[in-house]
Amino acid sequence: MRRGRSGLAAILPVLWLALFFAFPFMLVAKLSLSDTALAMPPYAPRIDWSQGLAGVRAFLAGLDGETYGRLTQDRLYLDAYLSSLRIAGTGTVLLLLIGYPIAYGISRFSPAVRQALVMAVILPFWTSFLIRIYAWIAILKPAGVLNAGLAALGLPPVDILNTETAVLLGLVYAYLPFMVLPLYAVLEKQDQSLIEAAQDLGATPLSAFWRVTFPLSIPGAAAGALLCFIPMAGEFVIPDLLGGSETLMLGKVIWTEFFANRDWPAASAVAIVLLATLIAPILLFERQQAKVLRS
Amino acid sequence: MRRGPSAFNVAAVVAGLAFLYAPIVILVIYSFNASRLVTVWGGFSTRWYTALFQDAQMLDAVWVTLRVGVLSATLATLLGTLAAVALVRGGFRGRTALAGGIYATLVMPEVILGLSLLLLFVAVGLPRGFWTVTLSHATLTLAYATVVVQARLATFDRHLEEAAQDLGCPPWKAFVLVTLPGIAPAVAAAWMLAFTLSLDDLVIASFTSGPGATTLPMRLYSQVRLGVDPKINAVSTLLIGLVATGVIAAYLVQQRGRRRAVQER
Repeated sequence: MRRGRSGLAAILPVLWLALFFAFPFMLVAKLSLSDTALAMPPYAPRIDWSQGLAGVRAFLAGLDGETYGRLTQDRLYLDAYLSSLRIAGTGTVLLLLIGYPIAYGISRFSPAVRQALVMAVILPFWTSFLIRIYAWIAILKPAGVLNAGLAALGLPPVDILNTETAVLLGLVYAYLPFMVLPLYAVLEKQDQSLIEAAQDLGATPLSAFWRVTFPLSIPGAAAGALLCFIPMAGEFVIPDLLGGSETLMLGKVIWTEFFANRDWPAASAVAIVLLATLIAPILLFERQQAKVLRS
Repeated sequence: MRRGPSAFNVAAVVAGLAFLYAPIVILVIYSFNASRLVTVWGGFSTRWYTALFQDAQMLDAVWVTLRVGVLSATLATLLGTLAAVALVRGGFRGRTALAGGIYATLVMPEVILGLSLLLLFVAVGLPRGFWTVTLSHATLTLAYATVVVQARLATFDRHLEEAAQDLGCPPWKAFVLVTLPGIAPAVAAAWMLAFTLSLDDLVIASFTSGPGATTLPMRLYSQVRLGVDPKINAVSTLLIGLVATGVIAAYLVQQRGRRRAVQER
């Protein structure tokens, strides 16, 4: 009986998301099909409401895929697309490899220590993202902290700022909490008696880990991977500040088309391509979160 | 019995935390460096802080950012709490759509959100500036606020509210008098998170802002592009100090609330 009433609470948030989240995507889609004109709107075609249905029909007839055609002709877009997926994919694998031992390590401590460690993992996330990436510039630049340290150890200097390596480093750094936390959430809940049972049956600690702990932690790994991969594929700040001009990623392309080239239809078309690519991982992420919510 | 952490476990955690904190520590140290060069320690100095407080443009950006943060976080927390109530308790038809919208916002690349919101404001003819950034940030942070409140609400004992209703309290009043105080720490945490995210956002603000509403990240970004400026270290250190204090305070408040909740049980 009381359930129905709680639904009323949804009205405002649903309306808000419809207006500020769903509807704008339609505008992006429309603009990606519009004629190219530099910078300022309105973009042709427009709906002439005074003509009623005929106006709408004329509007629909005026839309075309010309902008998308342009995207296929320039190698730059394809390269940016592929390198976005490659960098986000590599970053996700690295995050899994680095995040897993950390999450697992935290779950082995006593509850009080665990809580403090989780807090310590979250805390950097609360400090400005832009500033944390900026800090890496000072570390990685040729005369930076890293090379000063290497020189002190008698090692040769490295020059990785403005390369893909620096972008991967920045991605791993910025997204690490998003990988560690979902992994930790599943590892912490795991029933220790399962491991003991496996060991009582003669499993070595290592095989008990691979055959019990790891398979049970896959939902957390999947959640972390999706939570990192999706935004990383569209990341702008990290490739822009650490990747220099060599590293092409879609987020940067959208930014450049919009701010530097002032080509709004092209920015919209690239955004739609990115969105179309990410829709499957996004739906997967939502299904998984719904499952978590139910349990 | 759970066995304690092995040496490998400890090493992984320590290395992970060192990786997360090293850049921040370096930044804070160099904000007190008298030398302009990053690698040269020229002695302790607060000259960059003095320079910072004489930079009117920077201070102006801080003021804009704080106002946008407070307003958008408040909006996001209100809407997010409503959304969380609906998601946890509602059996209504649009539930999947609402949950879908929330989780999609959470992972959506910021460039896409920024571009789409800008097109909305252009389409409805709203001049870009303070209000458009505030509305955009409320949209972005609404999802985070929902997730935080939802997590707490899911474990909140519903029977208390039902008992109040059985005693004749109208549902909305039962919610405000019984449930809301119980989930207050989570609501406060949601506000803090929304505020911090707003303070931090460069991409969406850049798309949706207009003349006269330059936020601090926008200002910092244009400075960073010009090269390393020690003033940025100073403003970053102040921000880090502010946020760390806020977060730790919020954490302690929440811990106390939880402890009290456990005691009452």
